[in-house]
Amino acid sequence: MHNVFIIGTGTTPVAEHYMRTLTDLALEAFGAALQEVAPTVTPSDIGALYVANALGESLAGQSQLGALLATATGLVGIEAIRVEAAGASGGVALRQAAMAIMAGVHDLVAVIGVEKVTDKLDPEVEAGLALAIDSDFEAEQGFTMTAQWALLMRRYMHEYGYAADAFAPFPVNAHTNAVSNPGAMYRFAINADKYRKAGQVASPLNMLDCSSLADGAAVLLLASERRVREWGVPAIRIAASALATDTLALHARRDLLWFAAVQQSATTALGQANLTHTDIDVLELTDPHGIAAALALEASGFVERGTAPRHAADGGITPTGATPLATGGGYKARGDTGGASGVYQVVELVRQLRGTAGAAQVKDAQVAFAQCLGGVGATAVTHILVNAER
Amino acid sequence: MKQPDRPVGLVGYGVYVPRYRIAGKEIARIWTDGQGGVPVDAKSVPGPDEDTITMSIEAARNALARAALPATALSAVWVGSESHPYSVKPSGTVVAEALGTTPWISAADWQFACKAGSEAMTASMGLVGSGMADYAMAIGADTAQGRPGDALEYTASAGAAALLIGPAEESVAVIEATLSYVTDTPDFFRRADRPYPVHGHRFTGEPAYFHHIRSAATCLLDQMGRTPADYTYAIFHQPNAKFPQSVAKQLGFSDAQIAPGLLSPQIGNTYSAIALAGLCATLDVAQPGDTIFMTTYGSSAGSDAYSFVVTPALLERRHRAPLMSAYLSRQEFVDYAVYVKWRNELVLG
Amino acid sequence: MDLAKHWRQKATRYRLEGQRHRVTGAVRFPAQPGMPGEDPDVWEPFVFSGQGEIYSFTVLRQAATGFAQIGPYPVALVKLVEGPLVSAQLTDCAEADLAIGLPVEMVTRRLKDMGADGVLVYGYKFRPILR
Repeated sequence: MHNVFIIGTGTTPVAEHYMRTLTDLALEAFGAALQEVAPTVTPSDIGALYVANALGESLAGQSQLGALLATATGLVGIEAIRVEAAGASGGVALRQAAMAIMAGVHDLVAVIGVEKVTDKLDPEVEAGLALAIDSDFEAEQGFTMTAQWALLMRRYMHEYGYAADAFAPFPVNAHTNAVSNPGAMYRFAINADKYRKAGQVASPLNMLDCSSLADGAAVLLLASERRVREWGVPAIRIAASALATDTLALHARRDLLWFAAVQQSATTALGQANLTHTDIDVLELTDPHGIAAALALEASGFVERGTAPRHAADGGITPTGATPLATGGGYKARGDTGGASGVYQVVELVRQLRGTAGAAQVKDAQVAFAQCLGGVGATAVTHILVNAER
Repeated sequence: MKQPDRPVGLVGYGVYVPRYRIAGKEIARIWTDGQGGVPVDAKSVPGPDEDTITMSIEAARNALARAALPATALSAVWVGSESHPYSVKPSGTVVAEALGTTPWISAADWQFACKAGSEAMTASMGLVGSGMADYAMAIGADTAQGRPGDALEYTASAGAAALLIGPAEESVAVIEATLSYVTDTPDFFRRADRPYPVHGHRFTGEPAYFHHIRSAATCLLDQMGRTPADYTYAIFHQPNAKFPQSVAKQLGFSDAQIAPGLLSPQIGNTYSAIALAGLCATLDVAQPGDTIFMTTYGSSAGSDAYSFVVTPALLERRHRAPLMSAYLSRQEFVDYAVYVKWRNELVLG
Repeated sequence: MDLAKHWRQKATRYRLEGQRHRVTGAVRFPAQPGMPGEDPDVWEPFVFSGQGEIYSFTVLRQAATGFAQIGPYPVALVKLVEGPLVSAQLTDCAEADLAIGLPVEMVTRRLKDMGADGVLVYGYKFRPILR
């Protein structure tokens, strides 16, 4: 199998981009990524497009995004597909793209994560998100994805003896880091006191522990080793890629507080890269809520089960901690971009590995861990990135 | 009077009352500035996820539990109401399905204002008494529509009562006889597609409620050779607290006889369910050998009169399902704003 | 209109009907389709008692589509006494009444009103035990 490298990244800010269409957003991020490698690399070098998008049909009224964006990017006729796995779409599209290079089918591909949600009002947005949970037995019963995270949070608090504000360190860390991310949606700090006073959304989740869905696009250019050598461009190697699934319905899980798909994909990825948890310098996880980050940290094996909130309270997730998380603001402060989130995650980790993350820079970051989830851990896809010298 | 060839009785019975209430005084606060009396202390209010179908299902499940019969033993599930959720699509099909009686079942809806439930009961007596079936479920249930600001808003409430009719030898109360008295008397009616009924104020009294109940009751008593004093208990239809007490007195029944079945002061008038619920509440306290006299009333207009004798089987079956007292004691009062929101009386665009 | 979609679920939704394995006695809710290679008759219909306890709960303030009418509402994972977990709304209770471990029982209530020209969808909810 061939090695795979990330050679270019581009994003739009995450925001309510009322003036921009889905295509506008995708083109802006695509242009930015190409700008990083111009003039050495040109669009005509690209062999395929992988579009990561979860809500195109339900919220943007548009399907067949592969063909749409192939034309929009001026690459009419190119191989192009859209990849959907709810919130994991970004990571899954990255995996599909990486596999094309690993298999030697292509030597330069683009991953375009894009989500356009603000043309619709809140009830339709909730309905779109609810497509990712079990239709007959969860959505039709009045459940939302937020409700499911809330159910897990309450059960977690009950089993491990935490109060709700034990999760405050997660959004507090995310917001602090977002201050130094120009593309983040919310660039103001919050604190534990504000967290305690925030209104309930789905008890015990409050307003400061719930991310907001917004518009954005993020792009990655992936190249083969041969092309990297030929072009002489700086590169980040994808050292691992692993995907696992679990039951869609939460009530069907064997152990609700243990994300088996997360464990499986994380373990497989670390094995592929021949690394251990302590080798990881910086992480991106699906963290729309503190409980999500906690469960992902635990099932990925970074901390013992039931200890993630204490680990966070002790500073473990800050840029100077053992598992720096959400250095660009995470889902909460950078913003949740649905199917594009998994691509934003990787762009942020590349920023860290390149050493250009400003105040939120993790010192000497060489190895990064990106994981995104579809639904409440029904799909889990993990990538490990390393600076190319390693 | 009518008596089937094959003696029949109540093999099971069950009720349902929602947990929510609105006080008569709260309604008066809005419409009469709190002046004047109220016809009942409180009425039951259906929760936002309740309707005639859901209440019928719980009452019928309670009746089946008391009878300790499998649902498939039923040959009919008949629901009487003036607030069926659909004009076309019987409440009976959903109830029959929920109970587990489908597909070999007759299921239909009945309507005769407040006596739709007793209509279904009389028909069930015929179905079983003729030998066509062994068991039939007759249900009276309503989420009665109260026109805002109208006198009936104080009493139009929600509830269900289910009577499982079967062979007399298997019953907790034998139904000795029945008769019906019906005339075209427009005291209270609702045109199709109109949201609220209209009523004739004082015309609903003597020419309607009192005349029909007295006529049916007197005739049945005469034909059975009985007097009110021969009965342990009596139940009459309860549009408010006063009317059943007045008609009882007119006929010669005492306050003590009607006391266990008099529910309207606490829960208002649950329309098709109220008299049958009063019967169920009476069965909750009756003893073997007790006799019960019931006369229902449905507007526009008619009355069904019945005579019952309680059997020893009642003692063993009574506690297999919640008593009326369990439903009465669970009360959560709401204010007029919540009441109006739940009764879909807000224009939401 | 979603007619067949809801109609298919009536035994499940109205009666809490799942399946029991004829040989092992294992029960599951809801019913599942047969797996490749599995004897199609090995699972028989099984009606659950409706008794259970709250495994976890939350009160939703941002409603799912079609549920906005009722205001904030509680949903729960209910652990049935026979073992399976069910995702369902809670009813006839105030938020202050709710706790993990509270015994609850199944009732049939209206889940959704599909609009003036749509069907009414009925199904299971759970309430604190009545008696």
